Amino acid sequence: MSIPSWDTVSVGDALPTLALPAITRTTLALFAGASGDHNPIHIDSDFARAAGMEDVFAQGMLPMAYLARLLTTWAPQSQLRQFHVRFSSMTAVGTKLVCSGMVTEKLERDGERLAKLQLAVCDEQGVAKIKGEALVALA
Amino acid sequence: MIDTKHIGRELPPVTFEVEKGRLRFFGKATGETRPEYLDETAALDAGHPSIPAPPTFVFAAELDAGTLFSLLEELQVPLGHILHGEQQFTYHAPVHAGDVLTVQSTIADIYAKKNGELEFVIKDSSVRNQHGHQVLEARSVIVVRNPGEKSL
Repeated sequence: MSIPSWDTVSVGDALPTLALPAITRTTLALFAGASGDHNPIHIDSDFARAAGMEDVFAQGMLPMAYLARLLTTWAPQSQLRQFHVRFSSMTAVGTKLVCSGMVTEKLERDGERLAKLQLAVCDEQGVAKIKGEALVALA
Repeated sequence: MIDTKHIGRELPPVTFEVEKGRLRFFGKATGETRPEYLDETAALDAGHPSIPAPPTFVFAAELDAGTLFSLLEELQVPLGHILHGEQQFTYHAPVHAGDVLTVQSTIADIYAKKNGELEFVIKDSSVRNQHGHQVLEARSVIVVRNPGEKSL
């Protein structure tokens, strides 16, 4: 994979979106095991209801991992310098998530030329589940 | 309310071996299909020393060790009341299968909002590899919902 270059990347460029299949209980169970997040609120409906939730909901780190896939598809992972997200709302079972990103700034820092990206993971209605930013070193 | 005396507290360091099988499992669980993230031969062909750990993978280290959940238990915060508010990673060097990482975390801050209805625990982590190089830094914002505290 080639590294996006300073000369070809422009502010306003959109990253190719990443559309995910609907979140299932299996998705949450697999991610619980793989990520090490065994909090039963994500995998045990009885526990979730007892805690006042309607049902289980996705671990926040799951959509963040999807966003990471978006980033490392746009540029090799070795170029990623910083990745920050805010979790804004819970992701219910059945949700189809879409990851998107856009170049918002080109800057130089510590002798490196970087692209600042604005990132979001939204449901099909466009409601943001997480929002974030990343810094990616350009060639 | 969480006692702010815990601000500045260092959590027990965690040693975490980055295993190929776990990386494949993480890949499967996150819908990854690119061979270099799933297969060592493909990773070597792509110029990596082994399968790379994806950008958020290292978050598993302290979860496996139970570091955060033990702390929350000690602070008497029920697991059903916590939410992940924010997460940040700053990357210094790549991490691959076979690396042995050491995670050292500190409670950087504890504060309340909305008259204690929401409390925030800020955890900062530094991650070093087996060569002593810092590979990444992380900051987690954990939100605690205290439904009983509202409308005082």
